[in-house]
Amino acid sequence: MAWQPCIGLEVHVELATESKMFCGCRNEFAAPPNSLCCPVCLGLPGSLPVPNRKAVEYVIRTGLALNCQVAETCRFARKNYFYPDLAKNFQISQYDEPLTYGGYIEFVADGEPVRIRIRRAHLEEDTGKNIHLPDGRSLVDYNRCGVPLMEIVTEPDFTTAEQCRVYLLELRSLLRYLEVSEANMEEGQLRAEPTVNLINSQTGQRTPKVEIKNLASIKAVHDAVQYEINRQLHAVEHGEEMFQETRRWNQQRGITTVMRRKETADDYMYFPEPDLPPLSPDPQWVAQIRASLPELPQQRRARFISQYGLPQYDAEVLTASKSTADYFEAVAAACADAKAASNWVMGDVQAYLNEHNLDITSFPLEPQRLAGLINLINEGVISSKIAKQVFPEMIATSRTAEQVVEEKGLKQIDDAGQLEAVIQEAIAANPKAVEDFKNGKQKALGALVGFVMRQTKGQANPQLVNQMLRQKLGA
Amino acid sequence: MPAITPEEVRHVAMLAHLDLSAEELDRIGVELNRILEYFAQLQKIDTEDVPVTSHAIPMTNVFREDEVQASLPVDEVIANAPDGVDEFFRVPRIIEE
Ligand SMILES: [Zn+2]
Repeated sequence: MAWQPCIGLEVHVELATESKMFCGCRNEFAAPPNSLCCPVCLGLPGSLPVPNRKAVEYVIRTGLALNCQVAETCRFARKNYFYPDLAKNFQISQYDEPLTYGGYIEFVADGEPVRIRIRRAHLEEDTGKNIHLPDGRSLVDYNRCGVPLMEIVTEPDFTTAEQCRVYLLELRSLLRYLEVSEANMEEGQLRAEPTVNLINSQTGQRTPKVEIKNLASIKAVHDAVQYEINRQLHAVEHGEEMFQETRRWNQQRGITTVMRRKETADDYMYFPEPDLPPLSPDPQWVAQIRASLPELPQQRRARFISQYGLPQYDAEVLTASKSTADYFEAVAAACADAKAASNWVMGDVQAYLNEHNLDITSFPLEPQRLAGLINLINEGVISSKIAKQVFPEMIATSRTAEQVVEEKGLKQIDDAGQLEAVIQEAIAANPKAVEDFKNGKQKALGALVGFVMRQTKGQANPQLVNQMLRQKLGA
Repeated sequence: MPAITPEEVRHVAMLAHLDLSAEELDRIGVELNRILEYFAQLQKIDTEDVPVTSHAIPMTNVFREDEVQASLPVDEVIANAPDGVDEFFRVPRIIEE
C-alpha cells in the first residue's frame, strides 16, 4: 500500500492534586456548580496565580517515566482566546518551553514491538464547563476551571488504530501506577485527541491533517481513528478533495463529521505569562523524584514472568492495574502457588468484582483468606469444584476456608470404605456405561465418575473414585 | 515602529469577538497607533547588552503547597455576573466553532 497512516495523539490528563493549579480551591469532580471558585480561578482583577508544587512534581514524575528530559528552565505562557469556558479570556499553558520533552514509550501492538516518541509533557490549567440551553444561551460552571492539566503530545508515529488503543491502555496504567491521576476517560480525567493523515511512501505526498474530537472512551479513539484512516484512503483513491479540519466522532453512527475547517493556524497570540516567574526545577529535586518512581507496569510485567513463571497473558492482565497486581502478589506470597493465585484473581475474583461493580481495593476477601482456600485445594482437603462453593461463602461470611469447609461438611471423601456403597450404586444404575467400558470404550468411565460425584455433591476424591471403579470393573 | 493597519485592527477585533462598525474601527485604529507610539520611544534605548527577558523580577520557582483553602460562597461567585441563574453564570449564545 503506497498510502500509510500517520497518527499523532494529544492527551490531556487531570492531575489528582488536592487543590487547583494556581489557587487553593479544592480539585474535585462533581461538586455543586461554582462552589469551588475564588478570585484567582475566576480571574478577578488584582488576583495573582501561584503554582501548585505538587502539580509540577506530577508532570516531572510522568515525564521521567516517559523517558523525557526535564527542562532546566521553562516558562508558562498565555494562550489567548475568547470563549466562556475561560473566566479570564486566556488559559495559562506552556508554549515553546515545556516542562518535560523528548521522551518515548515502548509497547507491543498487533504482535509487533512499537516505539512512540513523546514530544512533550507540559502543564496547564483546565477550563470550565458549558451547559447549552435550548434557547441557545449557555450556563457556565467554573469548578473545573484552574484544575491542573497535563498535556502529553506524541510525535505522529502511530500507523494503526490498534497502536493508539494499546498506547492509551499503557498510558492509563502508567498514570495510575505513578498515582498522578485517576485517569478515567468516562469522568473526563483522560481525554485523547488524535490527528490523522496519510503519507504516500513513494511520492512523500501528504493528505491534510484531520483532528478528531469528542472521544469518550479508548474504544471510541480506536474506532474513530480506524474510520478516519478508511475515509481518507477512500478519498485519495477516488481523487476527492480533502481539507485540514476538525471532525467530531459520532458514537451512535460510528462516523466522523466536520466541525470546522482550518483556513489558518489558530491565532492564540501566545506570550510569556507575566504573573508567573519562570520554573527551574532543582536538579536535586528532579533526582529525588526519579529515585521515588515506583516499579512501572512494564517492569512489573517482566518480573511477574521471571519471578512467578506466569504466562505473558497473565502478567499483562494482572499488572494492568496496580491494585490488582498488589492483590495477586499478596495471594501468591501466602500460598506459594502463583499460577493458582493468578487463575483465581483473573477468574472468580474478577468475575465477582465485575458483577458487583467493585474495585479490588474494596473486595471483601483478603489475600490471606484466598490463599488459605488455594492451600486447601493443593493439600487435597477439597476439590477445586468444591472450592467454587466455598469461595462465595467466604466472601459473604468473612470466615476462613477451613471454617467454611468444616461447618458445611465439605471435606473431600478420601476414605474408600465411605465410597464403597455409592460406587456399587453407580455400577448398578449405569449398565450401558459399564458395558461400553468393558468393550474398551475408556470414555464411558466418565459417566460413572460423574454419577458418583453428583451423589456425593462433588466431595468424593475424583482420583480415588476413578481407581475404585477401574478395580471393580476389572480393568 | 510601523503603524497598525486597518486589517490588523479588524483581525484583532475578530479574535476578541468584537463586532465593530467601520467608524469604530477607524477611531480604534487611531487610538491604538497613539498607544504604540509611546512604546516606540522604548525602541530608542540601546539594549545591545541586555539579555531578552520576560520578567522584570529575578525570581524563579515560586510555589504554593498543595493545600485546600476555602472557596467563595456561590452567591459571591455569581454576585458580579451580569446574568446569573441560580448557581450558574448565564452567557449569550456561543458561536460554536
Ligand atoms: Zn480558586
